[in-house]
Amino acid sequence: MIKSSLPSKPKKILVDSDNSKAIEMRDAIVYNIYNTAEEIASKVVRKTESKDFSRKLDDILTSPLLGFPVMLLLLGVVFWITITGANYPSQVLATVLFWLEEQLSALALKAGAPAWLYGIIVEGMYRTLAWVVSVMLPPMAIFFPLFTLLENLGYLPRVAFNLDNLFKRAGTHGKQALTMSMGFGCNAAGVVACRIIDSPREKLIAILTNNFVPCNGRFPTLILLSSLFMGTITAGSYNSYSAAGMVVLMILIGITVTLIVSWLLSKTLLKGIPSSFTLELPPYRPPKTGEIIVRSLLDRTAFVLTRAIIVAAPTGFITWLCANIQIGDLSIIGHVSGFLDPFARAIGLDGVILMAFILGLPANEIVVPILIMSYLSAGAMLELDSLMAVKELFIEQHGWTALTALNTMLFSLLHFPCGTTLWTIAKETQSKKWAVLAFVIPTTIAIIVCFLVAQGARLLGIG
Amino acid sequence: MILVKNPVIALAGNPNTGKSTIFNALTGLKQHTGNWPGKTVLKAEGKFNYKGTTYTLIDLPGTYSLLANSLDEQIARDFICFESPDVTIIVADATCLERNLNLVLQVMEITSNAIVCLNLIDEAKRKRLEVNVEGLSQELGIPVIATSARNGEGIPELLEILHDVVNGKIVPQPRQVVYSKYIEDYISKLQPQLDKRLYGRLNSRWVALRIMEGNPKIIEAIQQYLGHSIQLPTLKEVII
Amino acid sequence: MSEVKIIPLAQLPIRSWGKVHSLLAKDDSRRRLMDLGLVPGTRVEAIRRSPLGDPTAYSIRGATIALRKEEAQKVLVIPTER
Repeated sequence: MIKSSLPSKPKKILVDSDNSKAIEMRDAIVYNIYNTAEEIASKVVRKTESKDFSRKLDDILTSPLLGFPVMLLLLGVVFWITITGANYPSQVLATVLFWLEEQLSALALKAGAPAWLYGIIVEGMYRTLAWVVSVMLPPMAIFFPLFTLLENLGYLPRVAFNLDNLFKRAGTHGKQALTMSMGFGCNAAGVVACRIIDSPREKLIAILTNNFVPCNGRFPTLILLSSLFMGTITAGSYNSYSAAGMVVLMILIGITVTLIVSWLLSKTLLKGIPSSFTLELPPYRPPKTGEIIVRSLLDRTAFVLTRAIIVAAPTGFITWLCANIQIGDLSIIGHVSGFLDPFARAIGLDGVILMAFILGLPANEIVVPILIMSYLSAGAMLELDSLMAVKELFIEQHGWTALTALNTMLFSLLHFPCGTTLWTIAKETQSKKWAVLAFVIPTTIAIIVCFLVAQGARLLGIG
Repeated sequence: MILVKNPVIALAGNPNTGKSTIFNALTGLKQHTGNWPGKTVLKAEGKFNYKGTTYTLIDLPGTYSLLANSLDEQIARDFICFESPDVTIIVADATCLERNLNLVLQVMEITSNAIVCLNLIDEAKRKRLEVNVEGLSQELGIPVIATSARNGEGIPELLEILHDVVNGKIVPQPRQVVYSKYIEDYISKLQPQLDKRLYGRLNSRWVALRIMEGNPKIIEAIQQYLGHSIQLPTLKEVII
Repeated sequence: MSEVKIIPLAQLPIRSWGKVHSLLAKDDSRRRLMDLGLVPGTRVEAIRRSPLGDPTAYSIRGATIALRKEEAQKVLVIPTER
């Protein structure tokens, strides 16, 4: 390669970008290219008049009358399939994994392992892992492919199309609906997806509020608790329809909070006018099932599960230590949850629940396992192999009411994002400030909402 | 025939053209994702073997054009211009060819090593659109392969043509857009000036057009690539 | 001969066609609209409005593109027959 032998100072680049001549030429260039494209296309494409299937489908899916009901129905169906479908494999997995625990215990006994080592490895790390796998894997393995299916069909841009006006009024970008949809899978993924929003202001709003859609790590919690909640209200057995309805309600609350917070942000911290918005509505396409399953299992399920497992083992370790190290006559968990208890009760939780959320910062999916382990360390041991057992533990032994379940769900929905998401936010915004705000804003809202609900319910004499 | 070792292939295309399906069909599970250097935009890269050669496939962000200033467009443009991939495959949607040709024509202005992958041909048939693939190839002057990546149709043909273009067995002769007379006049004045300074490092016709448009971001990128010792002529210089 | 009527794209009635006359948008926004195929002479059909009234989906050179009212105001069209 030949290089100029005369080194010279970098020159300021002179550009006449405002020159009307330049604008005129810019337009002419695009115009010429499009005309050439048109000319070529007219020569090689032969069109026979035909019905446009996508347009027919859009007549229903984006119609003023049916657009929203269908959207809610689809959402509900996806969750219902996830909840009912996950039930059985979850039980099977739990049976297998806890059988394995027994074998491990027997092995440890034979080898004469000291009690503390057995406790840390089996009761702490293994049990948390087993719980995470058996509770999380089945719903994820069902939810992610279903979600990818909707994505591949081309339905998601329609959701953005239907909802855009709400986002516009909140001063944000319509594509936020898409990044929120990604957030259902994983908020960290949702935050990364905010890259599709070009304007920095609207991108930040989308990033800061992504956490208000419950991610896959929180779904098992919400599903479990809505089953509990519905169980205590209807006093009947586990009802998957009403549980799915409850989850949808939670999501609607999440979306409402997203819009309100977005609006507040765009009026205060991130002032500005909405930037230009263009959205392509691609034709609906028959999805390719094989690719969907492979991609969603590999890219999403495996990714989220791996992350959960990596976090679960050390957290199980720490939780076990906290539950078993006695200071005075109480375990560390006892001290911490006792300390948190008055505040937690004011917002309709209890000290152990709040502590579980705090310990669950690394990953939301381990909140329930921590909760169970902490309750167990304080009470009688029992085989935790079914929902009924959890119900028994929470309600009979630890005095949960419908209000406790509701507030725990609300707190789970609205509280701080997990560590990975916060870290992703810091990376994507290249600023610690926004990551801190992404922690503070949701946490404040969660506390306020839970406080109002708890106090309101008590005033009315419920719970 | 000398085989090019480890060729790098860029995959360009409009959004929603099934670009990622083509990417998956070519690379299978041999892919990894990361970010474009210094940017928060996803970069997918994959490898595949064909006839004893290992190809690296780079999935560029989906764009309608290469001339605007969104981050995606900058990345796609910079890669095709400055990283000189051995071949650029442009995935085009057969159901709305005209719109997709906009990008095809723009890529053909930068590089002559281009192939059009006319995807979703099955869907076009369902919509009763008939595309004359041979005719399109003649109009464009570059190879055109009809595919339905979803069903794996056309992928073997795409690989074969890719192999031929990489190894110089087929030399594409891309048709250039003919602009309005006054624009062409400026081009013919700028081009000799540029040829003297570019030494074939960039397509001088393309650079001339960008100088005329005066888009500061593009000019800056070109200047950075060339190094500041090479000074680009300005439009004023030539007009006077 | 009747006078040629020029209206913003946002006012083009649903299920009717128009031909792009010119763009009022500037800079990046102008470029973006042109890259979508909205250059003078392009035929556009207004397909439908969102259930909430905005944005509106348009058929532009074979693709369906939704534009908010603010964007569609910046495109001037001449209403045409189908």
